[in-house]
Amino acid sequence: MKLQISSRLAVFALLELAANPDRQYSVADIGQKYSISNHHLAKVMHTLGRAGLVRSIRGARGGFQFSGNARRTTLLDVIELFEHLGPLDSDAGSGEGTAEGRALGQVLGEIDDIARATLGSITLATMLKLTDRHRNAIQPSGRRPRAKVAGRS
Amino acid sequence: MAERAGKAAGTLGFFVRRVRSADVPHVAALDARITGIAKPAYWQDIFERYGRRRLPQRQFLIAEPEVADERFPILGFIIGEVRAWEFGSAPCGWVFALSVEPKARQRGIGHALLETIVRDFKAVGVTKMRTMVARDNRLHLSFFRGEGMMAGPYLQLEKDLD
Repeated sequence: MKLQISSRLAVFALLELAANPDRQYSVADIGQKYSISNHHLAKVMHTLGRAGLVRSIRGARGGFQFSGNARRTTLLDVIELFEHLGPLDSDAGSGEGTAEGRALGQVLGEIDDIARATLGSITLATMLKLTDRHRNAIQPSGRRPRAKVAGRS
Repeated sequence: MAERAGKAAGTLGFFVRRVRSADVPHVAALDARITGIAKPAYWQDIFERYGRRRLPQRQFLIAEPEVADERFPILGFIIGEVRAWEFGSAPCGWVFALSVEPKARQRGIGHALLETIVRDFKAVGVTKMRTMVARDNRLHLSFFRGEGMMAGPYLQLEKDLD
């Protein structure tokens, strides 16, 4: 399954902020870690702000701070701010009304339902735990991966 | 078997122990309040099979408040057993029932129940735990995900028999 770039950036940004909810992060801090343009990320942060998930702190040392509830906000909540998950309206018309169209719709509907259930059951808090497990996992080389933290070179 | 004591961080004191016959009406009542379906005979049968015989491969555990409370004689329960070779699966611990008193949620009770049954599964040599959750049961899905469970290699399939 592929997510749109904005959805991925939003998840990454929220994970950075939710991991340290008392800290402020600039767009540059987050953009540097994930090698993404500040312009694109700024638009994502604006959308997250309108959804009440982040608040912007003005001033010379300003930035963004997490303002949501990591234990209640799910990946589905975040992703649906940026894209629609499920059949597109443009899919209608091609085979619609035929038995074959309905059969294909039923199969694809199963996939959509599973995707929504999966994304709707994983909160940001759970994602942070999963991230920690990946961060601490031993690599095939026998070494632990080096941690990359936003805001540090 | 001696009762196990455990207390999760938080203000609500409770401990986890094996089920007793006197718990069955409270288990049935809690389940009826949560599901809306009363099934006292089912729970009595479950107790006979998973509680009375005290088999190490079958666990029926209760979370009981440290200080007795008439309103909440039990705070939750979990039931699981080791199943082997069903659906081609090597021996594995299955959790098939877990409920927490709705007024006592978010206090570590579900986590403590699950941790205790994990210890019991590991004690009999099992290294994998599974459960099944309805796709629209966001509460249980979120809980098990938060406990580190991810999707397994099976798909549940079904058909109507008409």
